[in-house]
Amino acid sequence: MDRTQFLVALAIALFALGLVGVIVRRNALVMLMCMELMVNAVVLLLVTFAVRAGSTAGAAYVFLIFVVAAAEIAIAIPIVLLLARQRRTLDVSAFAELEG
Amino acid sequence: MTAGLPLYLLAALAVGGALVMLAARHPMRVALGLIATMLALAGVYADLGAHVVAVFQVLIYVGAVMVFMVFVIMLLDTRDPSFVARYSRLLLPGVAAVAALVALLGALLVGRGVAPARVAGAADFHLQPFSAAFLAEYWLPFELTSVLLVVVVVAAIAVIRGRGGRDG
Repeated sequence: MDRTQFLVALAIALFALGLVGVIVRRNALVMLMCMELMVNAVVLLLVTFAVRAGSTAGAAYVFLIFVVAAAEIAIAIPIVLLLARQRRTLDVSAFAELEG
Repeated sequence: MTAGLPLYLLAALAVGGALVMLAARHPMRVALGLIATMLALAGVYADLGAHVVAVFQVLIYVGAVMVFMVFVIMLLDTRDPSFVARYSRLLLPGVAAVAALVALLGALLVGRGVAPARVAGAADFHLQPFSAAFLAEYWLPFELTSVLLVVVVVAAIAVIRGRGGRDG
């Protein structure tokens, strides 16, 4: 099997598993981790095509994505912890009235 | 270029870690599954020749993000109801919708394939050319990330302290 095609298939599989996790799991932290899995799948796609094109810009961009992802987690986890402190649970169904 | 045996093994490890993430009950096991997936992806990057990206993956994702996540999980109450009942009522429609999405993407991937590469070689992903290009061409985004990190620190403190700092 062609290597690029295989890696694209792997990225699709990981993204889909992360998406399933975000949809079906109830724990807010687990949902966050599944989102990280989706980010990782997309980064895998970016690296695959950057390596194929031999582009340094791709590597620099991947580094910036890593930093932004770390920043996003550093904000998301305090928000989840605040919600958990307020409602005494991490179950997202307890936050249903937050919609809208 | 065809995929070799190491790549298949690493891909199997990555998908296995992701499946553990879906099936595990306790968030700590989910975190360990995610760490396994991230390490396998670092191996994939190294196999591709993108050694810089592989090192970043281990340092930033496994070293920083997941350590943070594991610490937070250790702070939590293990009797939480979401630890016992894993899945919400969206289980069947969610899996069906994602299966349809995967079928569509897979059909596109198999049907159309990927255009052949015009440029060969991953030499730019080794440390020396990468650092030269990074600090010569991309120094402005690099500096902007430090501004972003400062903003994140301030925002995290603001989120935790809330209005008027009543939680201390």
